[in-house]
Amino acid sequence: MKPLSLRCLRPVIKKEFRQIRRDARSLMFMIFLPAFMLLMFGYALNFDVKHIPLAVVDEDSSRTSRDLVDKFRTTEYFDLKAVLGKTREIDPLMGREAIRAALVIPPQFSEDLLAGRSPSVQVIVDGSNAMSGTTAAGYVGAILQSYSQRITLEALERRGLAGFAVPLSQEVRIWYNPELRSARFLVPGLMAFILMVIVTVSTAFSVVREKERGTMDQIRLSSISPLELILGKVIPYVVISLASAHLVLLLGEILFGVGIRGSYPLLLLAMALFLTGALGQGILISAVTRTQQVAFLIAVLTTLLPTFILSGFVFPIRNMPAAVQAITYLVPGRYFLAALRGIILKGVGFGAVWPQFLLLVGFAALSLGASAARLRLGDEERPRRRRRVR
Amino acid sequence: MRAVLSIIWKEFVQLRRDPRLFPVIFISPVLQLLLLGYAANLDVRDIPSVVCDMDRSQASRGFVDGFANSGYFSIRARVERMEDIDRYLDNGKAAMAFVVPRGFGDKLAGGKQASVMIIADGAESQSATIGVNYATMIAGRYTQRVILDKFERIKASGVRPVLVDSEVRVWYNPELRSRNFMIPGVLGLILMIMTLSLASMGIVREKENGTMEQLIVTPIRPHQLIVGKLLPFVLIGLVEAAFVVAVAKWWFLIPVRGSVPLLFALSLAFMLNTLGIGLFISTISRTQQQAMFTTIFFIMPMILLGGFVFPIENMPRFFQLVSHAIPTRYFFVIIRGILLRGAGWPELWDQAAALLVLGAVLFFLSVLRFHKKLE
Repeated sequence: MKPLSLRCLRPVIKKEFRQIRRDARSLMFMIFLPAFMLLMFGYALNFDVKHIPLAVVDEDSSRTSRDLVDKFRTTEYFDLKAVLGKTREIDPLMGREAIRAALVIPPQFSEDLLAGRSPSVQVIVDGSNAMSGTTAAGYVGAILQSYSQRITLEALERRGLAGFAVPLSQEVRIWYNPELRSARFLVPGLMAFILMVIVTVSTAFSVVREKERGTMDQIRLSSISPLELILGKVIPYVVISLASAHLVLLLGEILFGVGIRGSYPLLLLAMALFLTGALGQGILISAVTRTQQVAFLIAVLTTLLPTFILSGFVFPIRNMPAAVQAITYLVPGRYFLAALRGIILKGVGFGAVWPQFLLLVGFAALSLGASAARLRLGDEERPRRRRRVR
Repeated sequence: MRAVLSIIWKEFVQLRRDPRLFPVIFISPVLQLLLLGYAANLDVRDIPSVVCDMDRSQASRGFVDGFANSGYFSIRARVERMEDIDRYLDNGKAAMAFVVPRGFGDKLAGGKQASVMIIADGAESQSATIGVNYATMIAGRYTQRVILDKFERIKASGVRPVLVDSEVRVWYNPELRSRNFMIPGVLGLILMIMTLSLASMGIVREKENGTMEQLIVTPIRPHQLIVGKLLPFVLIGLVEAAFVVAVAKWWFLIPVRGSVPLLFALSLAFMLNTLGIGLFISTISRTQQQAMFTTIFFIMPMILLGGFVFPIENMPRFFQLVSHAIPTRYFFVIIRGILLRGAGWPELWDQAAALLVLGAVLFFLSVLRFHKKLE
C-alpha cells in the first residue's frame, strides 16, 4: 500500500464537500436535527414517577378515612382520579390504564384506629410497568408510615407525653445532580444517542451511493487508495458533525443549564474520537452493502435501538446479564456516554476517563481499518461478482 | 386486481435481488429482541455502595446491615472518612454511599434524634431515584423498630402504637419483572422501524433511479400502485410480528393473556399508520438520503414520546397533547394490554379507534400528496 498523500486526499475532500452542499436538505438535517431533537426531548422527557393516577375505594367513609384520603389528594406523587364505592369497579379502570394504583380502605378502619387496633388497608398496584409499580407501592408505604406516626404522636400528646421525638432523621444528598433534574441526566444521554444515529446514517450512504450509481468504478480507476478515499469521505463529515455537536452543547448550556464542569479540550477530544468512530461505522456499513435500502436498514438497526438500550442511557448496564454486558462493549455510545457524564456532570479529569478514551480510539481505528480492508477486498472480488449477476 | 398483483410480484422480485435484504428483514428483528429483551431491564438490584461508619457501635452496625442484607445494595467498600467517598463516586465504582456520623448509637440510646446521610450519584438519575427510595424505606423500617422498642419500655402509659399496615397486591405482573413491560414495547418498536423504513424508501428509490416515469406511463392507476407497493411490506410486517411474538412468548415467557387475533388485527391498524408516514416521507423526498434523514426525524419521537420508557403523564402538558398524534402511544397501550392484562375489545376500543382514525388521516394525506406529485 502506498503511503497517504495529502495531494490525493484534498480532491476527495473537496468533491465530498461539494456533493454534500448540493443536497441542502440533508446538510440541514445533519447540522440542525440533533439540536432540534435535544430541544424537543430535553423538555418533554423525565424519569420522575409522579402524578400516578390513583383510585380510592373508601368502604369506611368516616372522617378519619377521608382524612387519610386527603393525604393522597395533596401529594404530587398521586393524582386522585376517582373515589369508588366498590372494589370491583377497580378492575375495568386498571384494565384500560385509567388508573395505575388503587387504595382500599376497609369498613372498620376508623373504629379500629380509635380503639388502638392497627387496621390494614389494601394497596393494589398495576405491576405491568415494574418501575412505576414499585415506586407507587413505596410512596403509599411512606405516606401510611407518616400517617401512623402522626396518629401515635397525637395519642401520646393527649396523655401528656409530649416531646416524643422521631428517633432518626435522614439526610439525602444527590451528588452531581442535586435536584435530580432529569435534564442534567438527559442531555449527555440524548447527545450520545442522537449523534450516534444521525452521524452513522450520514455516511452509511457515502460509498454505496457511488456503487449504485456506478461512480465507484471511476474512483477505483484513479490512483486513490482505499484509506485515502475513506479519510477523504470522513473528514468533511467530522467537521460538520463537530459543528452539530457544539450546537447541542450550547443548547444544553443555555436552555437546560447543563454547563461543562470539566475541561473543554478533553471534551472536544472525546467528541472528535467518538464522531470519527461513528462515521467509520457508517462507512463500514456502506462498504459491505450493495443497495442504499439495505445500507439504511443496517444503519438504523445497528444504531437506533442498540444505542438507546445498550449504552447505559436509560437502562443501567450493571443490571444486564453478563453476556449482554459483554455485548455492550461493541456499542461505542457506551464509552462516549461514560466520558460525557464524567466530563460534563462530574468534572473529572483524564485520570478517571482514560479507559473510555482508549476504547474510543480502538473503535475508530477498527471501523476505519475494516472499511479500508473491505474496500480493497471489494476490488479483487469485483470481476467474479459481475459474472454471477450475468 | 391483476395490476396490483403484478406490482406486488415486481416488488418481491426487486426485494429478492439484494441477497442481504431478507436476512436483515427477518433475522435481525429476532436477534434484536433477544438482545434487547435481556438488556432492557430496570430492576435495580445490587447497587454498588460505599459505607462510611464513623460511629462503629453495635447500633450503627445494625443500621448498616439493614442495607447490606436487603439485596438492593452491595457494599463494595467501607471507608473511614467522608472524603474517601469522592473517589468511588467519581470514577463510577459506586453509585451510593451511606454515612453514619459519630455519636449515632449514643443518641439513639439517649432518646435523642440521631441522623444519617444517604448519598446518591445523580448522574444516573433513574437508578438514583430508585436507590434513594429503597434506602429511605429501609431507614424508615429501622426507625419503626426503634419506636416499637421504645413503646415496649413505656408500656405503663397505656398508649399502644398504631400502625396502618398496607397489604400490597400487584396485578398483572406479580414479580414486578420490568422485562414484562419492556419486551412488548421493543416488539412495537421493531415493527414500527422495519415497516416505516421500508416504506419510506419504496417510492423515492424509483424516483432516484428514474423508473418512476416508466411506472407512470403504464396503465396502472396511482391507487393500484400504492396498494401494490405497500402490501408486500404489510405481509413482511405481519410475518415479523409473528416471529417476534413467538420469541417473546416461548423464549422470554411473557404471558400472552389476551387474544392473539385481536393483536394481529390491531397491528394491521398500526401498520396503516407507519406505512402512511413512510409513503408521506417518500413523496416529499428527492433522494434516498433525504428520505433516510426524514425517517429518523419521524422515528425518534415515536420511540421517545410514545411512552416506551418515559411515562407520558410526566411530560409537560404541551407534549402530552403532541403525543396524541404519535401512533406508538396507542399501540404500546394496546400491545401491553393484550399481552399482560388480557385486555380485550371493551377495554381497548378507544385506543383502537384512535389508532384507526390517525392511520386513516395519515394515509389519506399521503395518498393526496402522492397524487399531486404524479400530476
